[in-house]
Amino acid sequence: MSKRTGIIGAMFVVICSIGLSGCNNPNEAVLGSGEQVKLRSIQSRRFETNNKNKTLRTAMATLQDLGFVIDEADEVLGTVSATKLNSYAMRMTVTVRPYGENQLVVRASAQYNLKSVEDPEPYQHFFDAFSKAMFLTAQQIE
Amino acid sequence: MTKYCLLFSPSLFLILMFQGCESIPKDALRMNEATIEQRRLQTRTFETTDETKILSASASLLQDLGFTLDKSETKVGLIVASKDRSAADAGQITGAVLKGILFGAYAATYDNKQKIRASVVTHPAYEGKYRIAVRVTFQRIVWNNRDQITKLERLNDSELYVGFFDKLSKAVFLEAHDI
Repeated sequence: MSKRTGIIGAMFVVICSIGLSGCNNPNEAVLGSGEQVKLRSIQSRRFETNNKNKTLRTAMATLQDLGFVIDEADEVLGTVSATKLNSYAMRMTVTVRPYGENQLVVRASAQYNLKSVEDPEPYQHFFDAFSKAMFLTAQQIE
Repeated sequence: MTKYCLLFSPSLFLILMFQGCESIPKDALRMNEATIEQRRLQTRTFETTDETKILSASASLLQDLGFTLDKSETKVGLIVASKDRSAADAGQITGAVLKGILFGAYAATYDNKQKIRASVVTHPAYEGKYRIAVRVTFQRIVWNNRDQITKLERLNDSELYVGFFDKLSKAVFLEAHDI
């Protein structure tokens, strides 16, 4: 083996170690690495209603329509969690909280297998389905 | 050789980095043609306004079917239950034994156990009369004899849902008559 090949090999091992060590950092796994404000905006919509119970029930019905099995719900906290198994495992939590006197903010967050879903498109699909079920227009959060 | 190494190293690095990081399927959170059919299959309505009665009958039925109740939230009409059962299939075990003889013990894998989860969701509906709609959904995880997950799936067989609702209708009747 030439000296040059040896150096390239060593560089490869170092690069791999750095790359893979990032995947296993517990602080990053707990605190996340994304931009939280941007993510919140992607995951949230406002609705012109103050009926929390109906909104939660509609979130549950939408999740069922999308193939999820509901895991748990809490009316007081305004949360619903569900899992979809379809050769993959997807977990989703939807929270509903008051926004002013006559509006609610609905936030959906998902994980796909071992990864947080941060792409806006799947959330847009969820809110399209949810808005239809609510008979209300989803409004972006500023 | 050096050129090959230079090209090969970053490619392998990228493969390692992205292994297991496959992206979410495009239609994972999108309604499709099957959505309405699934909803129809998984839902029945009962002519009553008493949601608690329907939830209570559903809980009794799940117990009858060997499920353990995991969670419930009656204010939004939810019961979640699960059961652990064997997933062993005689045909699959025979196949595994043959594979083991031909290719060694490590090749001898077969489905061993499964966790089945059920979720019942009720909601008031109005279809000329006030009714309570019940929607049930089932899913399961299957592990093989090496404790590796082999299946993550929804249970979609129509007979399963027909059977469940036949039993629920009887349970609602029994509940209504305090039997």
